[in-house]
Amino acid sequence: MYELTNLTKTYETKRGTVSALNNVSLSIPTGQMVAIQGPTGGGKSTLLQMLGALERPTSGTVVLSDNLLSGMPDARLADIRARTIGFVFQGFNLIPTLTAQENVETALAPLGLSSAERTRRATEALDTVGLSERLTHHPAELSGGQQQRVAIARALVKEPSVLLADEPTGNLDEQTRDEIMDLLEGLWRDQGLTLIIVTHDSAVAKRAERRLHLKHGSVTEKK
Amino acid sequence: MFGTYLYRELSNRRKQTTIIAVGMALAIALVMIVSGVAAGVRDAQASVLASIYGVGTDITVTQEPEQLAEGEPGQQQPRFQFGADDGATTDGTTELAQSRLTSGAGSTTFDADALSTAAGLDNVAAATATLSLNNVSFTGEIPTRGAAAPGAEAGAEPGAAQAAPGGPDGAGGSAFSVETFTVTGIDVAGESVGPLTSVELVDGRIFETSDSNGNVVILDSGYAATSALSVGDTVEIGGEDFEIIGTVTSTSSEATTASNTYIPLDTAQRVSGLDGQISTVYVQAASSTEIASVQASLQSALPDSSVKTQEDLASSVSGSLSTASNLVGTLGTWLSIIVLAAAFLISVLLTTSGVARRTREFGTLKAIGWSNGAVVRQVAGESLVQGAIGGVIGVAIGLLGILAINLAAPVLSANAATTAAVGPGAGGGPGGGGRFGDATATAAATTDIVLQIPVTFGIIGVAVALAILGGLIAGAFGGWRAAKLRPAEALRSVA
Repeated sequence: MYELTNLTKTYETKRGTVSALNNVSLSIPTGQMVAIQGPTGGGKSTLLQMLGALERPTSGTVVLSDNLLSGMPDARLADIRARTIGFVFQGFNLIPTLTAQENVETALAPLGLSSAERTRRATEALDTVGLSERLTHHPAELSGGQQQRVAIARALVKEPSVLLADEPTGNLDEQTRDEIMDLLEGLWRDQGLTLIIVTHDSAVAKRAERRLHLKHGSVTEKK
Repeated sequence: MFGTYLYRELSNRRKQTTIIAVGMALAIALVMIVSGVAAGVRDAQASVLASIYGVGTDITVTQEPEQLAEGEPGQQQPRFQFGADDGATTDGTTELAQSRLTSGAGSTTFDADALSTAAGLDNVAAATATLSLNNVSFTGEIPTRGAAAPGAEAGAEPGAAQAAPGGPDGAGGSAFSVETFTVTGIDVAGESVGPLTSVELVDGRIFETSDSNGNVVILDSGYAATSALSVGDTVEIGGEDFEIIGTVTSTSSEATTASNTYIPLDTAQRVSGLDGQISTVYVQAASSTEIASVQASLQSALPDSSVKTQEDLASSVSGSLSTASNLVGTLGTWLSIIVLAAAFLISVLLTTSGVARRTREFGTLKAIGWSNGAVVRQVAGESLVQGAIGGVIGVAIGLLGILAINLAAPVLSANAATTAAVGPGAGGGPGGGGRFGDATATAAATTDIVLQIPVTFGIIGVAVALAILGGLIAGAFGGWRAAKLRPAEALRSVA
């Protein structure tokens, strides 16, 4: 699925150059569940941004299913994100003025579907995550766990082949964390997704097939 | 999705939407009212000028009075001379009366060939000429000269002679009065241009071609009323009797017509002794786009003449109408520009700060696959709708403001300048300080006019266009800001 070769990402700051990723080379096969752990500032979010085509590397390559992401124009990258990659964020990142159903539909807007089709698929996705009774609720009317379920529904409604989750349980209590992880794991198994989770929570990381450790921009496999 | 998202954003961020809409509304309303007042003032000025120069007159041709050298005597004023046996004598009192028809003080006549020259130029649709005159009537009662005093009879004591009897007071005193009224000689051929095109008949009839060189007169209805004259009566002009054949009033209800009386042009020339002379040529261009070229042609063909368009004449209108025109043109325009600029700036600032506040939101949308264009369209759409809301409210407020002004119906005065002083010595020439005809000419040109603001699709269209422009400008800035956002902004975490 993913082929990362000598991936390097540096940022220029007022205090000089910061190296977020140092020559990372990595392969992630299709359908694998991977957890990326590491201390704060180790480069986990940067690696996720590379995998999600949200940032361009300073050097090196990122290939997703034979698509060289690192060399593509922005419009093409947006199209790949719209069709192939789903995102789940730590802060849920729902649009506060839209309902749960409308938030899920935002992921379908770039696909050019009819309004009826968008509504049908959004309803279905929310039903999958157990929120069929919360379609018209705004994020402010939902618990943290419910908001994350909406975010998961938004990520999966377009049937992506990759799901990238950045600390998906970071803002949740233990019980809700487990519920969300049960949900993600279940969807991964049922849909054959490639699931990549960035987390500092060992309880979450233990659920993954493969664990990577990212520290000072370098990746090591964790046994 | 676009419509739903837009509606949700505007209805949930009411404060921002309200501020932008209200700012835009006030600016639009102000622009509408200022534009409307400017149009109303222009219409009022045109109405004032039309009452003097007639409807359809695009250009007037006159001749400026010659500036006299120092010490050179000014224009001769009417001089009334009576012979020793003139007048009717009754009971020791001699009544004298005389009237003279002369060109107005400060006006200059010129050859009537100018009319045929003007009419023969390209793009001239119609041309007519008038002769502006003043009729000055002198009446007086003096004691009869040579009448014997009662004390002069035989046997009277020397030194006991009494004052001559007679005179209006019976004690030998005298009384004099001078009356003036304006007379305009009109071409009775019935052209579609000239002073009589802005009048409507009240009683009697208008001139016919057969009235040429006849002693017939049409009166301004206001002058007829104050002088207790009506159709069928006789009035003396320049020492000759004229039959009143009609009375007219200005089509502008608040204005008087250009002259107290109107007589055929050739009659006016004959009675005043100004044969072949005219004082003004009125020209109508073939179309409004030809006015400038016709003006240039006239100036070239008549180099000694003063050729003025309606625009030039408008600057001669003084009074509160002129003050209103200046206020609207300067203060009103600048105020509109400043308020509009402020409304646009507020809209831009609030839109761009709104985009900044929604960084995570737009970053998330880009992360889940929204293109730059889709995000920019969303921001621009929201700004456009906010501007449109402000525009609709602004148009409504503007219309209400215009309605309020029209209901208040402010009255403005307009004085159309007519004559200028002639030479440094003009005021002190024979005849003394006051010049006959001056007061009458000024009074006839003062008009009270009610300011009415027209509501046109043009004014509303401009208002709506400005509202949309404001929305587009704010949307452009906000969209530019949104386009610069990196999707990675959405992935801020504490990991």
